[in-house]
Parts: sequence; C-alpha cells; structure tokens
Amino acid sequence: MDEAERPGGNGARGVCDDPAVPGPGVRSGLGSARRRLAGIGVGSAAVVGPVALMGAPEPPPDPDARPAGPPERETERALDALRQVAEELGRRARLADGEAVEVLEAQVMMAEDPTLAEAVAASTTAGASAESALHESFGMFRATLAEAGDYLAARVADLDDLAARAVAAAAGRPMPGVPVREEPFILVARDLAPADTALLDLKQVLALVTEQGGPTSHTAILARSRGIPAVVGVAGALAALAALAEDDLVVVDAAEGAVHIDPSEQFVAQAREREAGRRTAAARASAEGATIRTPDGRAVKLLANIGGAADAAEARAAGAEGVGLFRTEVLYLGATRLPTFEEQVEAYRAVFEGFRGSDESGHVIARTLDVGADKPLPFLPRGDEPNPALGVRGIRAFREPAAHEHVLDTQLAALAAAAEGTGTDLWVMAPMIADAAEARWFAAKARAAGIGKVGVMIEVPAAALCAREVLSEVDFASIGTNDLTQYTMAADRLIGALGPFQDAGHPAVLKLIATTACAGAELGKPVGVCGEAAADPRLAAELIRLGVTSLSMAPAAIPEVRAALRSRT
Amino acid sequence: MQRTVTVASRVGLHARPAAVFVKAASAASLPVTIAKEGKEPVNARSILAVLGLDVRGGEDVVLEADGDGAEGILDKLADLLTEDLEG
Repeated sequence: MDEAERPGGNGARGVCDDPAVPGPGVRSGLGSARRRLAGIGVGSAAVVGPVALMGAPEPPPDPDARPAGPPERETERALDALRQVAEELGRRARLADGEAVEVLEAQVMMAEDPTLAEAVAASTTAGASAESALHESFGMFRATLAEAGDYLAARVADLDDLAARAVAAAAGRPMPGVPVREEPFILVARDLAPADTALLDLKQVLALVTEQGGPTSHTAILARSRGIPAVVGVAGALAALAALAEDDLVVVDAAEGAVHIDPSEQFVAQAREREAGRRTAAARASAEGATIRTPDGRAVKLLANIGGAADAAEARAAGAEGVGLFRTEVLYLGATRLPTFEEQVEAYRAVFEGFRGSDESGHVIARTLDVGADKPLPFLPRGDEPNPALGVRGIRAFREPAAHEHVLDTQLAALAAAAEGTGTDLWVMAPMIADAAEARWFAAKARAAGIGKVGVMIEVPAAALCAREVLSEVDFASIGTNDLTQYTMAADRLIGALGPFQDAGHPAVLKLIATTACAGAELGKPVGVCGEAAADPRLAAELIRLGVTSLSMAPAAIPEVRAALRSRT
Repeated sequence: MQRTVTVASRVGLHARPAAVFVKAASAASLPVTIAKEGKEPVNARSILAVLGLDVRGGEDVVLEADGDGAEGILDKLADLLTEDLEG
C-alpha cells in the first residue's frame, strides 16, 4: 500500500495525544491470473515458480470408510499412488549422495514391490478403499519385518514412511515431509516447524506459502532472516495449489501478500520486470549506503539484529549502520553452567571487533540476557509457571529471586570490559521492563558497572503507556514489536489461528509505538524498533512517520527496507 | 530347477545384500523364488518378501527357477549370495 493512500499518511510526525493511525490498505495486482489467494506478506519480493507441497502427517484411514469407486477403480488408484511414491523417492535418490542414495533406492524397491502390489490389489478387489488397502498391506509386511527384531528396525520405519506417503498420494493430499525437486520451487505447507526447516535446503526454496501462521510465526521469522519472500496465513492454500501440475507456474507477491494461480504470460512478465526493478533499487540503495532521512531532515539509522560474531560480517555486508539488537543469550543457551566473566568478555569482544573499522558501524546495542519460557537456562532454575509469557521472564529473572542478581551484574561488567579499547559505542538495554521503578533499578546497576548509555526495551504495554516516566530513568528505548504486539493483543505469537491479531501494524500497537516515540522526542532520547515490524518495508515507513529514530532487523532485510524507505522519504 | 546356497554376507540377506540380490532377480528373464528351510518360497523380486525371510549370515536358502536359461540365472544368483555383498 502506498503511503499517500493512507489516511494521515502525509509524512508528518505522529502527534502525542492522538497519533494518526492508518487502517489496513488494499493493493491491486498486475495483469491477470485465474485465481488470487490472499495472506500476510513477508518481505517485498515477487517470485515466479512451480510449487511443491509439504503434507501434514497422515492419520490412519478409516477402515470402515466406503470405497469411492468400484474395485477396479480403487485398485488403479492404489497402484497409481505406489507409482507416485516410487517416483518421488527416485527423484530424491538422484539428488542425494552417500549412504542416503542406497536407503532411498531400497525404499523405491519397496514401493515397486510386486508382492506388495498383489496384496493391495487383493484387498481392493475384496472391497477395501485404496487408502485402506495400502494401509493394511503395508501393515502386513510391517508386522513380518518387526518380528525380525533389531536387524530390520530401520526398514520398519521406512515402511511406515512409505505407507503414509502412499495413503496421502491415494487421497490426493500432498505427501508428508519436506519435498525435494531438481529445480528451485515455492514451498507450500500448512505451517513450518523448526524441525521441518532443519531438513530443508533453503537454497532450493524460492518462496514460502503457509496456510497458518502470522507475521511473527516461525515461518515468517525464518523467511525474513534468510531473505526469502513469504506469504503466510493463506486460507485454502494447500487445496488450491495441490491441484496444479508439477511445472505449473504461480506468482508469489510478498509485497501484495498474495499468491496468483494460473497467471497469464503477460502477468508473469510484469511480475518478473517489477522484481528486477526492485532488486536493482535495493542493490543501488545498498551500494550507496544512503542515509534514510525523514522529510523534516531527521536521519533514521538502519541497524542489524545479530546473535554473535558470525553475524557481524553479514550485517556489515548488508549495509547495517550498527547493531540495534545483540542477543547476548546465544552465548548462554549452549552452556550448562554460567559462562565466566572472562569467557563473556572474549565472546562480546569478538562481536564488537567484528564491527570495528567501518566509520559508522561501531555502534552496538546489546540486550542483557533475556530469559524466557522458550529459552530455559540450567543455571537459572525456574519454577513451573501456568502462564510463562506472563511469568518471571526477561529482566524479572534477576530480581526474583535476588540470588540471581549476580548473573546480571557479571554480564554488565563483562560487556563494559569487552567494549574497552575496541572503539565501540556500546549501549546496553534490558528486556521486558514494565515500569519506571524497574528501569531505575536496571539503570543504577548498569551505570555502576560502567555502561555509558543505558536503555530499556519497550515490550510491555504498561511501559509504553508510561513511556515518559520510563524514559526519564534511562538514555534510550528500543521497542520489541513482537512481544509488544503479543501483549497488547493478548495473542500468543506462535498460535496460527490468531494470525490477524499478531500484526504489529494493528492500530492499537501503532498507538503504543507512537506514544513511546513521542515521549522520546520530547525528552530528546532515541527510540528505536527492533522487532519483526522493522523488517517489513511497508510498516517501516509507518514507524518512521510515528517518530521512531532507528530500525533494527535481520541483516538480510536491510537492503530491501533501505530501498523501500528511500523511494518514500 | 533348485539350487541350495549358503549366504556369505555376515549381516545375512538384509539391507544392502538383500537389495543387490532382489535387483539381480528382477533383471532375470524368468521368475525366481527363494525359500528358507521349512518356509514357503517367496518371490525373489520382492524386497519385502526377501527381507521377511530374515535370512542370517551362514544360513542356507533354496533358489528355484524353471524354463530356458534357468540354470544360468540360478548360477548367477547363487554366486551373488556366496559373495560378501556388504562392501
């Protein structure tokens, strides 16, 4: 959506009392396509390609279900399903190497097994549906192999996998598991779990389309961090796209948040042309490293979110003007004991030195250890909480019990020591600050440890509503839009069904952001954004309009956001 | 025509040796069966049936084929089984 189309989108700064907040906009597509599926776009790229579907695990077919057709038809459906499975696994075998090839070839032999085909045909002839016949026949062989014990345990697992694939293929549903293709493809799934994406060769993936999930789902975060366009929360995507042939092209337009099925040649050509233009603009913006300025001449820094020294090079290459969020917990997550002061100094220094040398990239904002329900630490034992998102997390973990305070003190001292002599302009902020008293408590500790610039993250609506009081205690604030959205909308970040509420562009969230930015402007203190919202090119412009002074995002998103902002500001 | 062979591969007729054997039987011009002592013969072109026999290394199996060229086919398959196919 264009800035000019939005109510109040005239480039003026947000007003403190009642910030002008736009509603959702609609953007029309190019040319024509037979069908358009709408969802939530991640990124701004448009890609053209064939789709590959990832099915969900198959429940066993209902043995009492009546066959869809006469026995001959069921036999044909069942045997065709086996052929499809053999074909898919054969394709995987050709692309695999090493031991995987033999395993896959053995699976192909199983799918083509003549005795299996006989058993399946006997079952359908006796009146079973194709799905039941496949399920039962595989089950028969499974029982025989399972009797042989450990020797054949791996083959039993192979059979289960084959059975699930064959039943899905017979039912016309996508086969479970990550698809494999010779050519790059658009991956379509109900949703992606971390375990799925671990098996996925992302270089082969042109775009991600999921039925579930919102802008902060695992899929969306993965897409942003890897620079892959995605459209999430697309209702009916699997059914609509399953009907396509393997080489049918679709257009995925992340900027528009849409998937176009059966596009005309002209439509495809227009999408490709527009994408080429976007890439050129992004490359130019990146090469020039152009500073983003608001109409009133205010500079807005584009910073990187990083987890360690390894990300520093990527961030610099992407044109980051510094680090807006250094997630220090990466060092702690792999550890079984508390890292010592010396170990921490070494790890932090590696990050700071990764940014030295370039004029403007000596700026690093480190976030102190963010303890969450999803990131438990063995050396900070916590009790069971019925609602961990509202529990002792973030900075709270160091105040209660007080015995954990020393962990924070050691980290603050280590951060200060690591920055010494590196030329780094180090700012340190605390996560999950709820009010001014908590901000004051943290600021006193950080300053005592020798930290020059102390800040807080604004993730709790209470802190945003009282931003003036909170900011009075510190030097800067950074808005974590993922948690701020979750808490404002009372919608868990990871529950797909709540997708529409997980939008940082919701007027309620934007009001809190505007309130915080406004307090910062009045007090002369920087207020940045370091959540997923900053990496959304459309939302980024809105955030700047509301008075945000820096945007921090996954390095891969920086060129795109810079290009989008340059064309608008 | 029958041929009794002792399986040489230490793992028996599992995993790779089974796949190699079934592939060779599938390539043969005549149907071949394989049986373990006291068990029903099964289709040698069926990987699932061959695995189901659960033949261990050192055990005997009986191969059977009938028709033109049966002898050559059995020779070839018997040779495969007396080799160590694990490599």
